Amino acid sequence: MAMAAQERTFFEYLVYISENHSPLDFMLVADHIDKFFFGALLTLEITILSLFIGGVMAVPLAIARAYRTPWFNGPIWGFTYFFRGTPLLVQTYLVYYGLAQFDFVRESFLWGPILSSAWWCALITFSLNTAGYTTEFLRGAIENTPKGEIEAAQACGMSQARMMWRIVLPSAFRRALPAYSNEVIFMLHSSVVLSTITLQDILGVGRWLNGRYYLAYEGFVTAMVFYMVLVFFISTGFRLWEKRWLGHLRPRDTAGA
Amino acid sequence: MDSVWEYRNLLLSGTAVTVQLALASLTLSVILGLIGASAKLAVNPISRRIAGIYTTLVRGVPDLVLMMLLFYGGQQVVNDLGAATGWWDYVEINQFIAGVWSIGFVFGAYMTETFRGAILAIPRGQIEAGISCGMTPLLIFRRITWPQMVRHALPSFTNNWLVLIKATALVSVIGLHDLVWNASTAGRSVREPFSFMFAVLIIYLILTAFSDVGLRWLDRRYNVGVDRA
Repeated sequence: MAMAAQERTFFEYLVYISENHSPLDFMLVADHIDKFFFGALLTLEITILSLFIGGVMAVPLAIARAYRTPWFNGPIWGFTYFFRGTPLLVQTYLVYYGLAQFDFVRESFLWGPILSSAWWCALITFSLNTAGYTTEFLRGAIENTPKGEIEAAQACGMSQARMMWRIVLPSAFRRALPAYSNEVIFMLHSSVVLSTITLQDILGVGRWLNGRYYLAYEGFVTAMVFYMVLVFFISTGFRLWEKRWLGHLRPRDTAGA
Repeated sequence: MDSVWEYRNLLLSGTAVTVQLALASLTLSVILGLIGASAKLAVNPISRRIAGIYTTLVRGVPDLVLMMLLFYGGQQVVNDLGAATGWWDYVEINQFIAGVWSIGFVFGAYMTETFRGAILAIPRGQIEAGISCGMTPLLIFRRITWPQMVRHALPSFTNNWLVLIKATALVSVIGLHDLVWNASTAGRSVREPFSFMFAVLIIYLILTAFSDVGLRWLDRRYNVGVDRA
């Protein structure tokens, strides 16, 4: 054994340490790190796409809710109540496993390309889910528009649409930004549901690694590190964004002037 | 939908497990939240640092990842530790315990922020008044801090609880026979997954609606002395 140890290269030495002495087999994780990066790509892909689709849906819904538009307000409230009151996991199961129960769904032209694919089912459910949450806090932000801003817009002779586009929405988006950064992180956390419907997201890769090598925690710890890094980047990004967008609300540095 | 009714006992027993899990996790999270908040408000920089790491860690990691880490990895760590020290024999971490600890741990961090904000909202002068009347710290907590803290914390507490109930669904992934697990198993066996999942969604909506009523009652009770516009 001692003879063998001397002939080892540094790399083999690392593998030896990793397999026998380190609590985590880090060399094994390093061997499969590319899989984790692909997992991170899938996680980000679904998270970003669904946030985008959900966000685009949420703007008109939030406006309709904020102004209590007859005919629309009630159904939209029902939609947000349903999606905010139930677990995303069950919503995803409902779409992915549940829809196959109906013959007309399986016979429709949507079945082959979209509704039988885990990726599309996840995207649809996640988009609707985040649309529900975003609608409600955007509605709050629109309702809190200072009255003076609206009066000023009316005094300038702006039409309803122009006032919405130039005054109400930009100021509402600013006020909603802190809540939105929470929603983005929340969506990233929720995307672990992907691994329960056969997709290889970050956690999915971690589960695969543990299953393949019969490990107890290497895959999960690596997944944990990946998620933490992503959350770190997201919250730093939002902090910079808030600095730019909410700059006029920061206390001004008068001493330097 | 007939088959859902046929399996009602399975769904009800699953609901009972879900509710027990949610309440146990809530209790743990409140305890961790109180400890965390007092650590964050303490003068000691080390305790503030530890509480800071705790809340940052939880914000960074999804609950399902922690749950799996605890369920699959925690078992081994606990038993390795037991074997090395000889303090305990084989310990089994079942799905329920793993669920309670991981959900409690995650929401303890959110509760920490909730309670910290609520305690900070109490004017410092009232605590000083208590001290000058010769109250012990315990009496100050019971008579001054707690009743007002609950009032300030309730809106955010309500929010945390509603998110917590929904988080319990994830425990079905590690195999706890909760509402979601029972329903998806039954749904598969009678080939009506949609009906069963829909029933689960309705049950979750009922649970949240019930807790809404209860929490509103609490809110009224703790706001008796406050004028509301």
